Amino acid sequence: MAVSHLECKECGAEYAPEARYVCERCFGPLEVAYGERRGSAGDVGELRRRIQGGPQNIWRYADFLPLAGGPPGPSGRLASRVGLPAGCTPLIRADRLAERLGLGEVWVKNDAANPTHSFKDRVVSVAVARARELGYGVIACASTGNLANSVAAHGAALGLESYVFIPADLEEQKVLATGIYGTNVVAVRGSYDDVNRLCAELSAEREWAFVNINLRPYYAEGSKTLAFEIAEQLGWELPDRCVVPVGSGSLYTKIAAGFEDWRSSGLLEGELPKMNGAQAQGCAPVAEAFAAGHDVCRPVKPDTIAKSLAIGNPADGPYALDLARRTGGSVDAVSDEEIRAGIRLLAETTGIFTETAGGVTTAVLRRLAERGEIDPGERVVLLVTGDGLKTLDAVRDSFVVHGIEASVEAFESALPAAVTV
Amino acid sequence: MAVLVKIPTQLRAAAGGEAETSIDGTTVQEVLEGLVERHDELRERLYDDAGSLRRFVNVYVAGEDIRFLEGLATPVADGAELTILPAVAGG
Repeated sequence: MAVSHLECKECGAEYAPEARYVCERCFGPLEVAYGERRGSAGDVGELRRRIQGGPQNIWRYADFLPLAGGPPGPSGRLASRVGLPAGCTPLIRADRLAERLGLGEVWVKNDAANPTHSFKDRVVSVAVARARELGYGVIACASTGNLANSVAAHGAALGLESYVFIPADLEEQKVLATGIYGTNVVAVRGSYDDVNRLCAELSAEREWAFVNINLRPYYAEGSKTLAFEIAEQLGWELPDRCVVPVGSGSLYTKIAAGFEDWRSSGLLEGELPKMNGAQAQGCAPVAEAFAAGHDVCRPVKPDTIAKSLAIGNPADGPYALDLARRTGGSVDAVSDEEIRAGIRLLAETTGIFTETAGGVTTAVLRRLAERGEIDPGERVVLLVTGDGLKTLDAVRDSFVVHGIEASVEAFESALPAAVTV
Repeated sequence: MAVLVKIPTQLRAAAGGEAETSIDGTTVQEVLEGLVERHDELRERLYDDAGSLRRFVNVYVAGEDIRFLEGLATPVADGAELTILPAVAGG
């Protein structure tokens, strides 16, 4: 579906679909508005067939993504193989996790299974494709780590120069997995919010495509592909509830917007799922505003092991609060201890090793289950947005390694239980 | 007590094209008031109908968000830098 224009979410002012993100009248965020969908609008069967016949990546949803032309690629509209194709990650039924939590039906959307091991490949794919349409040769971002990984890799895949700005205290794994792509890594002494402020200033001075600043309206649309995939993988049905991590609030609100897009085009029927946002207590501006009944968030100084969610000044805070209330969901915050326990619980019951953000969502799911808020008949989707190998410090020393000499006696004396097994 | 105000690109057209300007004042409120007096068009961009700063406008003094300081009452020293930026970036 071709992008038509950009529209202010606050006052409705319209702008040409360029690299811009802020309304000049009221400073509100700009969003993509679409023109007519290609093909026969209204024929749900044909739309589904076209999606199912598409490539095994996010471009199967090109009818709902904000490019002016078709998806990128030399081999035809429905067969993009350029760059780093993202998406089509597993949706796994997690019965043992459900059982541990006393729930009926839990699914894990494992978005660690993307090219750079986080959901950011979805948003970067879309932003970079649009940046190329607009003629940019340099891509950049302000990142808590996963985005830097993704921008650096997409730059390498497409032969674009890149600059990634990160807080200096980021996990070593994320820095190493970024620099290797030959990007320009800039470690800023300060928090993510300082990095973001710097990049907002730089974006005005440089002819660069900052994927989450001047390209943000296009970038954010990429998160909708998580909703599309979940619904398609559930057999064109909506889940009853989603547990989603909240940093800036963009992913959380865009997943709901993706479900809405498919409801309005007839691909899905039924109520919007209850949307539960998940934050870490050490950086919970949205959860705190939710609990206090406020419409806007008061910024905080982050201090949590969930660094990918350590955004103290969330751009989409007011919209996240509105979504939680509108769908009968919530925004909850969990402690670093609960996050570590969440990582472990998910790993033990599903075989999926998540980074701290997935520990946050798993811990919030546990919290909701313990509060008795989830009906056993509900179909719940738990979002896992990144890989555990990115945040190894969070699990260091959390289990015993049996060090032994290379003899049967030493083994049997170290693990006596194993003798009788 | 002059303060250097840095104006974001999105507001420059309403500020006579200026990227930065020097304004007198001892608090953030006084400086912003001085700014909108000089460029009347900026008033409705920065403030809502009730006269409060719009919710997507962030103001920084020496790089620190004024919501971590004393808000509009935050004192500003002579030669300080006050930056206005859109709040919707990042994430």
